[in-house]
Amino acid sequence: MSQDTLFDKVWDLHKVSSLPGGSDQIFIGLHLIHEVTSPQAFGALKDKKLKVKFPDRTVATVDHIVPTDNQSRPFKDNLAEQMIETLEKNCLEHKIRFFNIGSGNQGIVHVVAPELGLTQPGMTIACGDSHTSTHGAFGSIAFGIGTSQVRDVLATQTLAMNKLKVRQIWCENKLSKGVYAKDLVLHIINKLGVKAGVGFAYEFAGPAIHELSMEERMTICNMSIEGGARCGYINPDEKTFSYIKNKLYAPKNEHWDRALRWWESLKSDENSIYDDVIKLDASKVEPTVTWGITPGQSISINQQIPLLDELSPNDKLVAEEAYEYMSFKPGQLIKDTPVDVCFIGSCTNGRISDLRVAAKVLKGKKVSKNVKAFAVPGSEKVATKAKQEGLDQIFKDSGFQWREPGCSMCLAMNSDKLIGNQVSASSSNRNFKGRQGSPSGRTLLMSPAMVAAAAINGKVSDVREFIN
Amino acid sequence: MKSEFTQPFGKISNINGQCIPLIGNDIDTDRIIPARFLKCVNFDSLGESVFEDDRKTLKGKHPFDLEENKNASILIVNSNFGCGSSREHAPQALMRWGIKAIIGESFADIFYSNCIAIGIPCFTLPKKSIEEMQNYCDNQFLFLEIDLKKSLAKSKDLNFNLEIRESSRKMFLTGEWDATSTLLDNENLIENKFNKLPYIKFNSYYS
Repeated sequence: MSQDTLFDKVWDLHKVSSLPGGSDQIFIGLHLIHEVTSPQAFGALKDKKLKVKFPDRTVATVDHIVPTDNQSRPFKDNLAEQMIETLEKNCLEHKIRFFNIGSGNQGIVHVVAPELGLTQPGMTIACGDSHTSTHGAFGSIAFGIGTSQVRDVLATQTLAMNKLKVRQIWCENKLSKGVYAKDLVLHIINKLGVKAGVGFAYEFAGPAIHELSMEERMTICNMSIEGGARCGYINPDEKTFSYIKNKLYAPKNEHWDRALRWWESLKSDENSIYDDVIKLDASKVEPTVTWGITPGQSISINQQIPLLDELSPNDKLVAEEAYEYMSFKPGQLIKDTPVDVCFIGSCTNGRISDLRVAAKVLKGKKVSKNVKAFAVPGSEKVATKAKQEGLDQIFKDSGFQWREPGCSMCLAMNSDKLIGNQVSASSSNRNFKGRQGSPSGRTLLMSPAMVAAAAINGKVSDVREFIN
Repeated sequence: MKSEFTQPFGKISNINGQCIPLIGNDIDTDRIIPARFLKCVNFDSLGESVFEDDRKTLKGKHPFDLEENKNASILIVNSNFGCGSSREHAPQALMRWGIKAIIGESFADIFYSNCIAIGIPCFTLPKKSIEEMQNYCDNQFLFLEIDLKKSLAKSKDLNFNLEIRESSRKMFLTGEWDATSTLLDNENLIENKFNKLPYIKFNSYYS
């Protein structure tokens, strides 16, 4: 059993009681909600005649269903309109802070909370969305929950949970040029597998992690869940604190000094005990692309799609399914695979640094005629910043469409969808069958820089050839 | 589609029913219920859309479309079932189709907690036993009587010692899987915790 890790410390700090069945009751410091997984929770509160216990500890935004082309109300899609109206009504009725479209603070919930300074070290954070693990980048313990648990947090600000084990993933050295956080996390998921994290929290550590910016760290923690770990985190450091400083909801003045003193004390002890430790060399990671139907099915840009014989018995079943669904042959190179759609955005890679990196690749170049390419900033703040820096113009000049903030084609709940068996190069997080809106659509996950390179060439490309 | 859906309630100690095998590792919640069906403000109509895209692809040959499975209520799955998105819509859709318990090699964490929270016990068994069950179902009906008190599943010719997390087993036996009231019992402790947490004080924007 782990001891004295950040996870242990934050868990113990938030433990309210041991429940009769043996699980722990855990206080949730920050609860984030959105339009898709909250309406039934508010409905259940009503049925049980309960109130929201601490309305100030819940913050709402709208992201999954919002259109990215025309956001004027009412939305063209009646169901989407009904969902945003329901959230508006619930937030008003229960006095919950809501960052609506046009507020300047709307966006993907996991982009918004950090950029507003709501996400802070040492907190427990829950949200009805599996990518809540993103917030672990700040040294908070953050995890996704379902709607019944959203109801429980609204009603009690607590959850019944079993404590997770802790695996440290130690990343030596640093990433090479043209290799990004996305490549590193895809590499980790590939090495460990998509279910290795079940029952674990992942602590990402080591020189390569220390080197990463806060936004890159968010990319890493964001995809913990794709490796099966509901929660992923990084011990906070100077970068964490300076990212938070002066954000809208960051502690101010004497509160800042107190917060900082506490945050500085928050990290895994040098001799803390982990349930498991994995070490890998980040300098060996190359630009990485998924070829299959799980985020674990990835290879380096110059590798071949694995042969069945090269895979462990457990991976064969899904590999066979993947060859068929993706129409790939074992042994085929992933490089030069033609793509139809290029998507830059999502809670994994829709932040300003992602747009900057992609714009650098795109500057002065044109998107291939055969490709539909679009960029969706992660939030209104990201969009504003990108415009100030002229990034939107670089995207548009290259042939990318520049859209309004939202989750968009990561999960395709709005009208941004693949058609038929189109292939997308996507900076998002899931390549599941049908994920991007077409039951036969095919997704290749990669870094935003790699998506930009694919857009220019109209096929999967090595971004390192663009950035010399 | 079965018509009379009733939500589980109170103590759950026995589940008897016909098994429905679904073969595959890493079956994610997007496949269980594709995102377009999440555009709803209640869960009521999800049952008919469970595995919609997989079922369309298999043109009537998906286990959830086979006539012989229409009354089945115990789902038999392989490893990492329910990975991916946290959408509770996935277990809700399974439940509304008629699933009352799931037996598998392993489950994704969030899917597992969602199942507990809505009253669907999830049990694990070694790969070999799961395959034995799935193969059995190829040729004949497998009816199981699941006894949560003893963690046992029995049919006329097979017996299995089911594994289930002890805290989950207790929650079903006591009816506390519907956690809200249990959590609310500790209202004073919750208030105490709120008052003691360091960051509540320095985040002055909160009341």
